[in-house]
Amino acid sequence: MDILSLFVIIPVLTVLAIIISRNAKNTRVISAIGMGIQLLMAAYLIFAYFAQRNAGNNAEMLFQVDYVWFASLNIHYAVGVDGISVAMIALTSVVVFAGIFASWQVEFLPKEFFISLILLSSGVFGFFISLDLFTMFLFYEVAVLPMYLLIGIWGSGPREYAAMKLTLMLMGGSALLLVGLLGIYTNSAPNGGVLTFNILEISKVSIPIAAQRMFFPMTFIGFGILGALFPFHTWSPDGHASAPTAVSMLHAGVLMKLGGYGAFRVAMFLLPQAAHELSWIFIILTSISVVYGAFGAIVQKDLKYINAYSSVSHCGLVLFAVLMMNKTAMDGAILQMISHGLMTALFFALIGMIYGRTHTRMINEMGGLMKVMPFLGVCYVIAGLASLGLPGLSGFVAEMTIFVGAFQHVDIFHRVVTITAVSSIVITAVYILRVVGALLFGPITNDHFLHLDEAKWFEKLSTVTLILAIAGIGLAPLWLSNMIGDSLAPIISRLTLFIP
Amino acid sequence: MTNFSYTVLIPLIPIFVFLFIGLTGHKMKPLVSGIIGTTGLAISFILSYFTAYQYFFNTEKINGAYQKILAVNITWLQFTDKLHVDMGVLLDPISVMMLVVVTTVSFMVHIYSIGYMKGERGYHRFFAFLSLFSFSMLGLVLATNIFQMYIFWELVGVSSFLLIGFYYEKPSAVAASKKAFIVTRFADLGFLIGILILSFNTGTFDFINLTTVGGPAMATGAGASFLGLSVMTWSLIFVFMGGAGKSAMFPLHIWLPDAMEGPTPVSALIHAATMVVAGVYLVARLFPVYALSAPDGLTVVAYVGSFSSLFAAVIACTQMDIKRVLAYSTMSQIGYMMVGVGVSRYGGEAGLGFMASMFHLFTHAMFKALLFLGAGSIIHAVHSNVMNEMGGLRKYLPITHITFLIACLTIAGIPFLSAFFSKDEILSAAFEHNRLIFFVQLFVAGLTAFYMFRLYFRVFWNKEPHYHHTPHEAPLTMTIPLIFLAIASIFAGYIPFGQFVSSDSIPFHSEIDWLHVAIPSIIVGLLGITLAFVMYKKESNLPDKMANSLKLLYVGAFNKFYFDELYLFVTKKIIFNYISRPVAWFDRHIVDGSMNGIAWITNAASIKIKGFQSGQLQQYAFVFVLGSLLLGILFSYFFIYLF
Amino acid sequence: MNTGIPLEYFLVMATLMFFAGVYGFITRKNLITILMSVELMLNAVNIMLLAFNRYLYPNQLEGHFFALFVIAVAASEAAVAIAIIINIYRSFHSIDVEKTDEMKY
Repeated sequence: MDILSLFVIIPVLTVLAIIISRNAKNTRVISAIGMGIQLLMAAYLIFAYFAQRNAGNNAEMLFQVDYVWFASLNIHYAVGVDGISVAMIALTSVVVFAGIFASWQVEFLPKEFFISLILLSSGVFGFFISLDLFTMFLFYEVAVLPMYLLIGIWGSGPREYAAMKLTLMLMGGSALLLVGLLGIYTNSAPNGGVLTFNILEISKVSIPIAAQRMFFPMTFIGFGILGALFPFHTWSPDGHASAPTAVSMLHAGVLMKLGGYGAFRVAMFLLPQAAHELSWIFIILTSISVVYGAFGAIVQKDLKYINAYSSVSHCGLVLFAVLMMNKTAMDGAILQMISHGLMTALFFALIGMIYGRTHTRMINEMGGLMKVMPFLGVCYVIAGLASLGLPGLSGFVAEMTIFVGAFQHVDIFHRVVTITAVSSIVITAVYILRVVGALLFGPITNDHFLHLDEAKWFEKLSTVTLILAIAGIGLAPLWLSNMIGDSLAPIISRLTLFIP
Repeated sequence: MTNFSYTVLIPLIPIFVFLFIGLTGHKMKPLVSGIIGTTGLAISFILSYFTAYQYFFNTEKINGAYQKILAVNITWLQFTDKLHVDMGVLLDPISVMMLVVVTTVSFMVHIYSIGYMKGERGYHRFFAFLSLFSFSMLGLVLATNIFQMYIFWELVGVSSFLLIGFYYEKPSAVAASKKAFIVTRFADLGFLIGILILSFNTGTFDFINLTTVGGPAMATGAGASFLGLSVMTWSLIFVFMGGAGKSAMFPLHIWLPDAMEGPTPVSALIHAATMVVAGVYLVARLFPVYALSAPDGLTVVAYVGSFSSLFAAVIACTQMDIKRVLAYSTMSQIGYMMVGVGVSRYGGEAGLGFMASMFHLFTHAMFKALLFLGAGSIIHAVHSNVMNEMGGLRKYLPITHITFLIACLTIAGIPFLSAFFSKDEILSAAFEHNRLIFFVQLFVAGLTAFYMFRLYFRVFWNKEPHYHHTPHEAPLTMTIPLIFLAIASIFAGYIPFGQFVSSDSIPFHSEIDWLHVAIPSIIVGLLGITLAFVMYKKESNLPDKMANSLKLLYVGAFNKFYFDELYLFVTKKIIFNYISRPVAWFDRHIVDGSMNGIAWITNAASIKIKGFQSGQLQQYAFVFVLGSLLLGILFSYFFIYLF
Repeated sequence: MNTGIPLEYFLVMATLMFFAGVYGFITRKNLITILMSVELMLNAVNIMLLAFNRYLYPNQLEGHFFALFVIAVAASEAAVAIAIIINIYRSFHSIDVEKTDEMKY
């Protein structure tokens, strides 16, 4: 069995083990073990990747495996990773691992909860390793659909509404995406020959420009909906607010990244000409996302809404950077995905823990929590500082890479939008400090808060894992940035080939 | 050449101390964490002095100029082939000078805090944050490239945020910390944009590349222009915006007075001696670029500095909170430094302003830290910040009184104390290059003397209020730093500063222009002191009369010229109510509304057509029959038509 | 060969009978009457089958077979239908077709 397929198989095995487990405790332990193995494998994968690269293996994708799955349509199960996928897999395994511990105390139907959660994660892993558009789409759906159950059954607030809205909007995106992918497929052999879904093979041909113009917006918007592209982002605030903790973590932390990843691996990579032609529209939309999300976050009262809007802003930056189409900016886009994934997961984990104690998420009902739960308070401050881009934490590295990259364009349009995007760092500081001030500092507003208890061991484990990852990237970003940068070379060279 | 790689320890020791105290501090006795923090800083302090000695006396000069030494440099992040962020240590005269300033003041403040913070909750937290700040500030000072500087710039900002908000249960402290962070963050936005433009045009972040006179970076950047100013000028003005924010220059000064909510040692360290002069340091760091490629930028610096110093000095005359008086005084003195670099030219005697500015930075750090620590000692004794609750304290606090008096005389520019030399050199430089600024600064010198002695007489003389318990002198840990800094304030002026720091790193000798500069400045200083003596030595109604005769000015200055209100209006009203709320509304109702609208339309349509499924058998049959008849007719029609 | 009644007479009569059945099926409310209308339609078809058989292919018997087949189906259908009607009556206490609209939407 090859290592990449194991990333899909181990979650499935974990699910099977959970099915035969007898009680909630076993379920939790099995999930933790399964995802712990996943985390170790991700660490191993990073080392294996570097070992291969150092050994001089310059293939575009490493660890490739290819099985024919459906011969008549030339659908394969084809997997392989480059530095970007490795980084995303590592992110996913960290977030899922932390998510399991954050949902340690799920009381209602724990077995079913963990099954859905892990099924979802297997879809995400599958998506990141796929080289075949069809299996990629399949895994994408596997990742999106359990979300409906997770929010609808274990959510809070108007959960049916939120679950329905989220699923329908994402399905709408999938529909567009499917058309786009099939469009790419039917045009994948312009010079005759067999049609293919394989990304690497399609990247060697150039699809007719008319087809590119038609299918680029479809694929980009299709993935963009999952990446919270303005104005298709409204599933995110409601969905995140209603979702249970681990689901918010996974959703904002990982699932939204499928959008960004897909946008550049499929839309930009396979349809470069149309990307150059049409990028300006999406650049405008994404720069609106960045500023708009940040302004939207300022006035929210619900902690989860604040983070959802903040995610709109940060994920907008991902798509913004992807559209800048140079190596530095794209490098920054991937870094931003990882960084945002980690810190937003941390945020949602902490919000879940705070909510579990105070039973409210409204910031005007809270205050002075730093005194009663210093551990969680410090973690929240760290998450906040990471979010507003403090050097030494991952957000700074990602944002700066994006800004410097985006500023390498000489024309006035790109520069103006870059400066617009840069200005979001101030607005981010405003809403983060507002939350931190209202939530943690000041006098204790409610006597009930005096009796709240500190974080438990599994909560500490969950947050510390994420903080270590955030600080690790923030302090020593060079290896990650280089790993991503090297893997970007084929994409950049294909994009530069088609500069109008 | 001497190996300077050990200098990397100077910032690294405090960060390890921070991590150590931060992670294990809550388990140790409070005093232990204080001692660990102080010891860590003591090592940095000793290393810094050793470095300064090695650099200035044991390193060879080339062509008579001090060399820029890249002691350590590691690539931290690679953006493009040319643009990469390094982490390292750059030694040159000003960074070594700053090293001495930062570690000295920080060390003194550490010692002082051991006594001052005794019994406070979060003692170890305080020392952890102090170490974090020291690390960030030292990293900033030693930065080898502008991006490293930006990184540490942000870190000092956050340390400052954490320390201002140290009493996090006090809403005013939280508000002040937020304000400080957001205002400086806004300024940093300018800094960042400046860096982006600068680095794009010159293709480098590196200070050595940037500031090499006639080097490739300066040449490439000079070309393009935008709105009448060269791109280089624009980028440097943006960079200066960052510096102005951190150094509390008008109009980004509003955070500094509020920052006094932090513990007093913090005010002494961060908001008087070190962090707030980072803006001056930044301009000094890029001085060759300013002076040679963007003289217009330098003019902006000079005018902003001059106006800020006047503005702050006027406000300082009316404030009642002793720490706020000192805060405005800091702002005013930094204005002086900005004027110094602003009027300076590059090289030799023309670079007098640059040297004077650095000199003033050095002496200011000593006497302003002394003033703040003295104020801390006063607050420690009377448990209040407000002047009305003080008076006649000279009897109770002899050491504080003497050291405070020394500091006041120093800042007033009394001859043969340190600030006399540094201030007069700034005035000389201004006299040479810009007479308008010279006269403004001369006037400010008089104001400075007045408001400092107003403070002095109000606190140590004047009428004694009713104290709840007799004020007593501070413990030894607090008075030792006072004495040390007082000695430094007296004698720092005798350092032949031009021998060490100059715009082109070539030592030169500077003379004070007695006739045009020194004598007038002494006269205005003495005038200010005399006025303060008359008005505040004893309780009298003179101040009130004075306030009434200049009512408009007084009320304006007392309310800080309503700048807080203006900012509050912009942030609360405009951004919050007129941007964010509409955005949130738009999102809920228009964007989300259209999504819900689609769902609603689908739903409504299905309600409309569901009537077909009525359950009425005969209705189905009727439709069926009609349908089959229709099909039959159509079929037969086509059958006939086709065949 | 046949000089008696022309084929058209049978067809017209059977068509009228069929549409009388259709009309009855659509308009009558009583399930029994509806069943009878169905019988009417079936018998109209039977007449047509026999008439066509007799007039077009007099030497073959398929038409007769079909007619017999239809009669058999009609008989069993009537049995099933009446069973259903009885059950409907039990649960609705009525055999009015308009009241049995449980299977809507």
